[in-house]
Amino acid sequence: MNNLVNNTLKIVSLNHWYGQGEMKRHVLQSISMEIFPGEVVLLTGPSGCGKTTLLTLIGALRKVQDGDLRVFGKQLCGASRKTRQNLRKNIGMIFQGHNLLRCLTAEQNVQMGADLLNGFSYKARRAQSREWLRAVGLEDQMAKLPHDLSGGQKQRVAIARALAARPKLLLADEPTSALDSSTGREIVILLKKLAIEQSCSVLMVTHDPRILDVADRLLRMEDGQLLPSV
Amino acid sequence: MKLKRFFEKRKIPLAWLLLTRQPLRILVAIAGISFAGILMFMQLGFRDGLFDASVTVHKLFNADLVLISPRSKSSISMSGFPRRRLVQSMAHKDVIGTTAVNWNFLLWRNPENLSTRSILALGFEPSKPLLVDSDFERKAATLKNKGRVLFDDLSRDEFGPISAWFKSGRLVETEVSGKRVRVSGIVSLGPSFGADGNLITSSETYLGLSPGNPQGSIEIGLVRLKKGSDIEKVVRSLNLSLPSDVKVMSLKSFIDFEKNYWKSSTSIGFIFTLGAAMGFIVGCVIVYQILYSDVSDHLPEYATLMAMGYNLRSLLGVVAREGFILSIMGYIPAYISGQALYALVRSSTKLPVEMSFSRASIIFFLILFMCMGSALAAMKKLADADPAEIF
Ligand SMILES: Nc1ncnc2c1ncn2[C@@H]1O[C@H](COP(=O)(O)OP(=O)(O)OP(=O)(O)O)[C@@H](O)[C@H]1O
Ligand SMILES: [Mg+2]
Repeated sequence: MNNLVNNTLKIVSLNHWYGQGEMKRHVLQSISMEIFPGEVVLLTGPSGCGKTTLLTLIGALRKVQDGDLRVFGKQLCGASRKTRQNLRKNIGMIFQGHNLLRCLTAEQNVQMGADLLNGFSYKARRAQSREWLRAVGLEDQMAKLPHDLSGGQKQRVAIARALAARPKLLLADEPTSALDSSTGREIVILLKKLAIEQSCSVLMVTHDPRILDVADRLLRMEDGQLLPSV
Repeated sequence: MKLKRFFEKRKIPLAWLLLTRQPLRILVAIAGISFAGILMFMQLGFRDGLFDASVTVHKLFNADLVLISPRSKSSISMSGFPRRRLVQSMAHKDVIGTTAVNWNFLLWRNPENLSTRSILALGFEPSKPLLVDSDFERKAATLKNKGRVLFDDLSRDEFGPISAWFKSGRLVETEVSGKRVRVSGIVSLGPSFGADGNLITSSETYLGLSPGNPQGSIEIGLVRLKKGSDIEKVVRSLNLSLPSDVKVMSLKSFIDFEKNYWKSSTSIGFIFTLGAAMGFIVGCVIVYQILYSDVSDHLPEYATLMAMGYNLRSLLGVVAREGFILSIMGYIPAYISGQALYALVRSSTKLPVEMSFSRASIIFFLILFMCMGSALAAMKKLADADPAEIF
């Protein structure tokens, strides 16, 4: 069955609600979409339309309520906590705030990602972490704590950390919103380059019109619904 | 080989880094845990020291069996029994020797400031063995002259600078129960709960000092057995053959008898155990506070780790390791200060307070338990780390 799966992500009529009773709100309304290996997909839409919600569902961070959501062919609707936990190891995440561990150096933060890999010795994982930091252009900042890095540098470390776990799918929620526009564009281009080298698919939420050209495909969302692509 | 695998599989020491990147917090934690540990060391040390001190003389007796009156409850309330019973015990084939001991409190006059104080006096026949100390026989010989006493140099200072004077070659004379005595030697026994000081003298001098003592009555009978005798068997057979105005027991049960009196009939044990328990509780509260605020402060980071794919178990492991590290780092200074304080107590109170292996390990496990328990309670907070909330 697995070898029939040629898409990274497949969603068919996904619904999601927040709240209970009278407060219940239909946030995602029969979303359907697909992402293929190595694709870079951008998701845009007005604030509050449900982009982050969709991302947390795909990232197995939230229970799927209704619909069909498969990541790497694994059904997430009704999946156990353990299944979701294991799946997360294969999904890289980059957040709006960099969310680095304050007590770890840049290198150690990246290694927290590499440590998720099985079958590599400590030394090998450490070497890989350094390799990733070099790839994002931070070879001379390895021993610095997040506190001593600039916003762009922190986001680079976050990219290195996400990729160090060798994910097959990378989810990013407004990774450039805390950066100035030229740095933001630089980061996204770097992210795309590295992801493609790993044949890793990318789903990125953004408001930033200057980076839309980076995408292979653009998805627009409004009021919990995907608009038909133009 | 296994160690090498372990070494290869190791990860970033997150628990250690979480703790050590906040030097102030970890210092507070270590101070709190050590404080709790020191409190426990002191309280339990005092308790055991006081119990041990109650039997300092008992432990030195050169005897296998001891005869006492069944009415005797402890070293501070010894009743007499007929000395004949000791002679009768000689009839048993395993008994090779006996010593009759008088044991009571007399009033000692401090020769320096002339104040009086109660001292425990032991009377025995100087030709017979009393203590296991090898040098004792020579000192005991000086008691053959009437009016001579051996003074315990570990007695409290309030009895006067007896041993200093004696060692400087001075003739030390004072009054015991209003009668003149001369110090003819120095022994080292040690004070206890009941007795602030000790003196040893001959039966003859003893009877002179306490004329009210009934004729032929003694408080303790020491019995020595042939090598290899079955002590319990002899105890049983003597208890059967001797009248019921005397009780026979092994030296060990005599020591336990005395310790048990202090443990069960006084609140000393309770008070000091309670003190140690207070230390334990204070420690628990401190460690819990530290670990709880540590988890709360790092909640978004724990949630990030969960989003990355770390499972809850490995994060609980981080908190547990933090607890373990704290217990080790808190125990070491507590142990060292405990040693130092014991030395201080020994020199200032003359109580036999020692760092015993069993107490050192009990307190280690209490601290470990304290830290791991607090870590367990702090882990509840981890449930609040929701990876869905961090985007
Ligand atoms: N945990 C929650 N509980 C209840 N309602 C929520 C929760 N999270 C989001 N919502 C609501 O669901 C809707 C969609 O939120 P979501 O965060 O997905 O929007 P978004 O598209 O990411 O917006 P933005 O661009 O501002 O980040 C919003 O109206 C929001 O108020
Ligand atoms: Mg959002």
